[in-house]
Amino acid sequence: MSILINADATFIVQGITGREAVNLTRENLDYGAKIIGGVTPGRAGRDVYGVPVFDCVRDITAKSHVDGSVVCVPPKFTRDAVFEALENGIKLIVIVTERIPRREVAQMVELAALRGARIIGPNCLGLISPGEAKMGGIGGPAANTRTAYSKGPVGVMSRSGGMTTEIANTLTAAGLGQSTAVSIGGDAIIGTSYAELMPLFEADPETQAIAIYSEPGGRMEAELADWVRDNGSRLPIVAFMAGRFMDEMPGMRFGHAGTIVEGKADTTADKIERMRAAGISVAERIEEIPALIRERLGETS
Amino acid sequence: MRFYEHESKTLFAKHGMPLGKSGLARSTEEAHGIAAEIGQPVVLKSQVLSGGRMKAGAVKFADTPDEAAALFDEILPIVVNGQHAESVLVEEKSPIAQEYYVGVTWDGRRKLPVVIFSDMGGIDIEEVAETHPDHVSKTHFSTLFPVTPRVAKEAIGATGVSGSDLNRLTPIVHELIQVFLKYDLTLAEINPLVRLEDGRFVVLDGHVDMEAEARGSHEALLEELGIQPEETRQARPPTDFEIAGAKVDASDHRGVAGNVVGFDGDLGLVIGAGGGSLTLFDAVRKHGGKPANYCEIGGNPSVKKTCELTKLVLGKPGVEKIAVMMNVVSNTRVDIVARGVIKGCVESGRDPADTIAIFRIPGAWEDEGFKILKKYGVEFCDRSVSMYQAAGRAVAKMQAS
Repeated sequence: MSILINADATFIVQGITGREAVNLTRENLDYGAKIIGGVTPGRAGRDVYGVPVFDCVRDITAKSHVDGSVVCVPPKFTRDAVFEALENGIKLIVIVTERIPRREVAQMVELAALRGARIIGPNCLGLISPGEAKMGGIGGPAANTRTAYSKGPVGVMSRSGGMTTEIANTLTAAGLGQSTAVSIGGDAIIGTSYAELMPLFEADPETQAIAIYSEPGGRMEAELADWVRDNGSRLPIVAFMAGRFMDEMPGMRFGHAGTIVEGKADTTADKIERMRAAGISVAERIEEIPALIRERLGETS
Repeated sequence: MRFYEHESKTLFAKHGMPLGKSGLARSTEEAHGIAAEIGQPVVLKSQVLSGGRMKAGAVKFADTPDEAAALFDEILPIVVNGQHAESVLVEEKSPIAQEYYVGVTWDGRRKLPVVIFSDMGGIDIEEVAETHPDHVSKTHFSTLFPVTPRVAKEAIGATGVSGSDLNRLTPIVHELIQVFLKYDLTLAEINPLVRLEDGRFVVLDGHVDMEAEARGSHEALLEELGIQPEETRQARPPTDFEIAGAKVDASDHRGVAGNVVGFDGDLGLVIGAGGGSLTLFDAVRKHGGKPANYCEIGGNPSVKKTCELTKLVLGKPGVEKIAVMMNVVSNTRVDIVARGVIKGCVESGRDPADTIAIFRIPGAWEDEGFKILKKYGVEFCDRSVSMYQAAGRAVAKMQAS
């Protein structure tokens, strides 16, 4: 089992003829993904590694069931592409594109809620259920992906795409596989937060623990801490907090768009305190994560 | 990207919001002239991108133009939270009957914009929210459906304000919401919004922040306000080193090699990506290292771009060695980064083996990359060495040299 995607999931790639999209299409196909079509307006009739290209999402959804879409178009066109996917009934949308203004992200998220759909990202590398399928550039080429990711009991959530793979790789090296790893995106407003993914992991019998990568800025860790406290989660959580130096530099922007310390609740110190109070273990270093997870699994079993 | 108070007010005025008579003074003479034209007592406010002006003594009141001129000279040199002022806003001073607060911002948890209103304005709103929660309202609104004045009315009414105050505040708050949405702002704030003793409502102080990502969509407004493209408007102005870093990043559309921020240390960092850089910067400091800079590479930057960034970091005074480190990479090619940093060392007249303290970038094309590094005698490591350990090796080399 896994969450969000499995080996049978069908998806499309919007903006499929772009440089980055061509790469991720190939990497996903090599990893076993079922990509049944791509969209680039004006390029209908072409193909990308055997995936047929269409002008409109409707041209694909009219004939086949589509579970998801990877949106990989320039920032100016992202909202339109996401609206197109949503209005054609696609329920899982992974937005790879970065540098989209918050107002447009909020509009996409609002429409997704009205249509009963879920958005992952923007500014993310997508998601992977190791051994089954991946959606997006997560892990890179299939061979590299197989080195870093392995199937197992740990759900991974990360605000950084690169650190998703770093954490998975550390878990894999320690003999701990992953059920599903989700790069949730580094922007101030994202489609799906840690807390919103928790019920999915809770419901997945394979998932036994959670590892998260976290950063300064925003209220997402507070939301997770609240969720864990209010719902009595069965899953032990181990978090790693990067960017501790930013606590000393309010108002400066480092890393992702969502990482800026504007108030006390944005600091890593505040986040660590809240998470620890909710029973979440906070690792000082990435390499401590596997041992902390084993320790926590020992506690709960 | 934060606007100065006078820029925020120009934007508010453009949208018909009520403001007192004012002028921007860049010299003593201008301050005198503006005060004379207003012809009544004035307030002088230093223009800095920071709060806490009153506490720092950078806001003063003058009864006469002569006094205004003298106070201009007094407050212009005052540094407020590290911010130097270049101008002072001279504005009519009016007797206040009641102060309100109104702010519009994003709620990342609800993923919606929210208007915050209080009938206890003039002080820190977070403090009011803690001590008098019934005097602060938070009203979310849609980004998809038209926002009509009822949102503003409900926000104001929720704090118990009624009567003609409610009806006169509503269009001002409504307009602030419209400005917030129209210009992709991350914050639009009026504090205080006041009712004067003569019954008029006036925006006394306010500021707005525009989302950096949206600057390209609002070039006309930025030009009108005289905000230059190179102004980052972060908590402090960019240094020459940081401006040069931005130029390296802009020189080539392939990948990222930028977000360069200067620090005082001696260990140059060529690190990535977004989250990896935050992790590695912490790791270097935890080991007692002194970073010369922060930066982010990622998205598979070209050899040229990586080379230029390396040269920039090595050119920073006091930089003896660089550490080249990233998390396990997916879409950045290890061999291309290796070529770039080696070329950057050579073109700086430095021996790569001596200059690169550690190279820790595992992932795509690592075998090819490691081959190149070996040829030049550069110390490298694969994924079996953690980011924290790699940073430790780099710091140890600095301490040994």
